[in-house]
Amino acid sequence: MLKIENLHASINGKEILKGVNLTIRDGEIHAIMGTNGAGKSTLSNVIVGNPMYEVTQGKITFNGHNLLDMKPDERANMGIFMSFQQPVEIPGVSMTNFMRAAVNARYKAQGREQLSAGDFLKLMREKRKIVELDTKLTSRSVNEGFSGGEKKRNEIFQMAMLEPEFCILDETDSGLDVDALRIVAEGFNKLRKPDTSAMVITHYVRLLDYLKPDVVSVMIDGRIVKTGDASLAEKIEKTGFDWIKEEVGL
Amino acid sequence: MAESNDFLHNVADKDYEYGFTTDVDTEIIDKGLSEDVVRLISKKKGEPDWLLEFRLQAYRYWVEQKQPEWGHLNMPEIDYQDISYYADPTKSGNSGKSGEIDPELMKTFDKLGIPLEERMALAGTAVDAVMDSVSVKTTFRDKLREMGIIFMSISEAVREHPDLVREYLGSVVPYRDNYFAALNSAVFSDGSFVYIPKGVRCPMELSTYFRINARGTGQFERTLIVCDDDGYVSYLEGCTAPMRDENQLHAAIVEIVVKENAEVKYSTVQNWYPGDKNGKGGVLNLVTKRGHLRGANSRLSWTQVETGSAITWKYPSCVLSGDNSQAEFYSVAVTNNFQQADTGTKMIHIGRNTKSTIISKGISAGRSQNSYRGLVKVASSAQGARNYSSCDSLLLGSKCGAHTFPYMDVKNSSAIVEHEATTSKISEEQLFYCQQRGINTEDAVSLIVNGYAKDVINKLPMEFAVEAQKLLGVSLEGAVG
Repeated sequence: MLKIENLHASINGKEILKGVNLTIRDGEIHAIMGTNGAGKSTLSNVIVGNPMYEVTQGKITFNGHNLLDMKPDERANMGIFMSFQQPVEIPGVSMTNFMRAAVNARYKAQGREQLSAGDFLKLMREKRKIVELDTKLTSRSVNEGFSGGEKKRNEIFQMAMLEPEFCILDETDSGLDVDALRIVAEGFNKLRKPDTSAMVITHYVRLLDYLKPDVVSVMIDGRIVKTGDASLAEKIEKTGFDWIKEEVGL
Repeated sequence: MAESNDFLHNVADKDYEYGFTTDVDTEIIDKGLSEDVVRLISKKKGEPDWLLEFRLQAYRYWVEQKQPEWGHLNMPEIDYQDISYYADPTKSGNSGKSGEIDPELMKTFDKLGIPLEERMALAGTAVDAVMDSVSVKTTFRDKLREMGIIFMSISEAVREHPDLVREYLGSVVPYRDNYFAALNSAVFSDGSFVYIPKGVRCPMELSTYFRINARGTGQFERTLIVCDDDGYVSYLEGCTAPMRDENQLHAAIVEIVVKENAEVKYSTVQNWYPGDKNGKGGVLNLVTKRGHLRGANSRLSWTQVETGSAITWKYPSCVLSGDNSQAEFYSVAVTNNFQQADTGTKMIHIGRNTKSTIISKGISAGRSQNSYRGLVKVASSAQGARNYSSCDSLLLGSKCGAHTFPYMDVKNSSAIVEHEATTSKISEEQLFYCQQRGINTEDAVSLIVNGYAKDVINKLPMEFAVEAQKLLGVSLEGAVG
């Protein structure tokens, strides 16, 4: 379970998160919707410990562990995964070597035996199929020369490899055409275990049609201002955010 | 951006794994350099008159010269009279050649991962192990001799194959070549000699492992490789030294002769003691390496992974005389803390349709300075010569420096000479992306650096490529927060 209490965070001295309270239970798909600049991506990055952001107040716990005391790699190895909005390229580092290092680190943290080279490559092949990622992409350098859609698919592929307990999908749907969106979303559903939870950030209901959120929260101006079920997303799709702003007096 | 500041400020404090000393009785001659010392070294080695004469000429030339200062280096003053020019760790018990080897010496090389017992050896590798001024043991000699391959220490070669040594010694790097070459020619101690006869492909990797042990001594090794027509050999050199507060001088010469259709691959993994994190101590690595591609269609490649030494000053070079000869230079130079490197190559095109490739990757961290310096020279005779040079620099942090000094001198209008250079930094985003996947910063840096250097690492023989990868990681450990 992820629990966020009164979280404040800023970037370059500018406060973006102004007291976020949020709970995501095991097995829950929790969609976060909101206007541009509301702080959705900041929230994602703060959870995974991006050093660009400074947390000034508040608390984040994951299964009872205080995340704010942990380095980004330690958080990741507890099973927290973020699908990046704009994945960075790492020239010279092959996807295979990169994933090998990541899987080894995750297995080590779980106290599992490391995979042999053969078993690892087999795992790569299996997981690649789930998101229909081209073979040639996994032999390239990390994200280098990938199209926008390929990068997003590659993120979900990495998720498949690492089998996280909590996933953050940060606008994974942006830049995807309808088919790619379906592949990514269906891939996610296939990979998901009953207690896997996710925080899904999106502007569109389209993705939510596939992912079927249990809870939808609305973020405006650095706070979660409204929480409801899947019907809230549909209402926002039809009528926008203005009525919510009025309701909460913003 | 707290993490990013750590990234810039936290500079390596990694223990040097090979910094131990061996407690072995070593015969060390008195410090100082004179004609008498040169005579003494020659006498200890039981050398013929012609070699003594060669040494004396070199010495007389050296005393008239001044140490050059053109390197992009802050060089400590070297007191040449405060160095001992000969140290023999095999003296106590046995000569190291005929019978048993002092177990301490065996242990030392075991500890360095260089077992001297043939049954323990790295697959397919013959080793000449040199400590201080003397070769301790050369493995697989007899097996190689069956094929006519000569692989032994140069001191033995002087005794057993004097004509070969006399013909080629100083033929690629004459003693007048430069200050340190003159010094080496006067006082050189041991090193390896390799002769590959006509039409023979050497079936195993040949390697020399150099170890400095004794205090207050310099190491002046000399390696000579001759590959006759249609021959092939792959040769590897590795080096380490104990941690000492004072600088230790290492001034070596490597000469390679490549004849018609022959091919030589020379790889170096240099890990001399780099000094401590404040820049105290470390080896001064001042080396002249050159290959002469004498025959048509001959090939020579230099591959170097340079992670050690306080100062590295060397330019493994190629003289491409034979028509259609091809030379390659692949280099990864890593500097951290206060290390300085001024390294690169010279490609001298003389023959027709000669081709050279230069791939240099510099990695700087801490407060180190890393320079690439390269000369591409095309003589008027070199019709159709081609060169491609690519020099990349990778910076970790903002207190280190990367510099590129390319020189070109082209006297034939048909020549094509290309030069590319890039400078990049490991970005915060890249590190964070790796971390989000569970990879800690040090492993992430190692991954990125190895990815950056892989074009060069891939040129090394397999077993050594793995070692080199680890070494890159270790050399940069602590370079990020």
